[in-house]
Amino acid sequence: MLEKREDVIDRSIVDALIEGGIDFVCSLPCNMLAGIIETIEQERRITHIPVTREEEGVGIAAGAHLGGKKPALIIQNSGFGNSINALLSLTRLYRMPLLILMSHRGGDRNEQIAAQNPMDEAIIPLLEALKIRYCCISRRAEIGSIREAAVDAMTQSEIRAVLLEGELWDEED
Amino acid sequence: MKRIDVLRVLLDLAVKMEGVIISNLGFPSRELYHIGDRAENFYMLGSMGLASSIALGLAVSVPGRRVIALEGDGSILMNLGSLATAANIAPPNLTILIVDNEAHSSTGFQPTFTAGVTDLEAIARGAGIPDAVTVFDEKELRSRLEDAIKSERVSVIVAKTEKSWENAPVIDLDPVTIKNRFMQAVRSGLEG
Repeated sequence: MLEKREDVIDRSIVDALIEGGIDFVCSLPCNMLAGIIETIEQERRITHIPVTREEEGVGIAAGAHLGGKKPALIIQNSGFGNSINALLSLTRLYRMPLLILMSHRGGDRNEQIAAQNPMDEAIIPLLEALKIRYCCISRRAEIGSIREAAVDAMTQSEIRAVLLEGELWDEED
Repeated sequence: MKRIDVLRVLLDLAVKMEGVIISNLGFPSRELYHIGDRAENFYMLGSMGLASSIALGLAVSVPGRRVIALEGDGSILMNLGSLATAANIAPPNLTILIVDNEAHSSTGFQPTFTAGVTDLEAIARGAGIPDAVTVFDEKELRSRLEDAIKSERVSVIVAKTEKSWENAPVIDLDPVTIKNRFMQAVRSGLEG
């Protein structure tokens, strides 16, 4: 049976996380992230903790790092705003590594939810103001950058962000 | 019972039982540092509300270590969702100790809602942690906390205290030093 294209993309994103050393994930759901989170839930090489709020995930990820794990946070870009103080006064202050994988909602990608648009406009300026290095993934060929971002975050003990663009799942074969 | 009395009992039991402590920022961390600094204490300097979350991430990652979160009423009220997460993930090696003086003591004792109608033990139970208890004196605290740290279930202890603070100095450790020595202590405890 042929696998669905979306499933292949979700699997290769999770593989890139694992190749980058990620073994601990805190997540909050998003339509765009549903397949990734489901894949992680079944993945024995990753400890997965669903959380109640993004900031809580930053705290749990910090604790996981203290215990020797390599953590990532998987969230919507709208929820990034819920995590900013903790990212600075915990993760960065103590020089802890964290990869943040975000779905990028809003913009012109047929966004149905008007509330996603203000944070869409703010997310890149916010990342730049916070001096968090980031990359945007909109094509399958770019998924390997997730591994590089994870490796950089873990080896440099820094926060790195990856924005997953809606086009990634729309790309024609 | 003063907060410093709670911290002395906590520190005594943590040392005896080789437990590590994730301590809330402000005076709780300063007082803990003052009465017994050790590598197994992780002092938060910011990110108020996340002691239980950090402790949960650590407890899940190192099942061989007993982990105690030192929270205040003000800090746990900022992150009540962490009690739901702790209840459902249920790391058996996690204990959450909440010093409840019904006020934000590090900023001038402004009252919190536990001075009103809010009951943290009931919230913990409602979150799904049946091993939740409120204690009012040192003897009860010692016995309940020892049981909680020993037990193979996630536990919450709410210690009701006076509005007190000690003239404890500011922690003069670099954050990265606090982290590095803590991580080393966690690792060596696992090897030993």
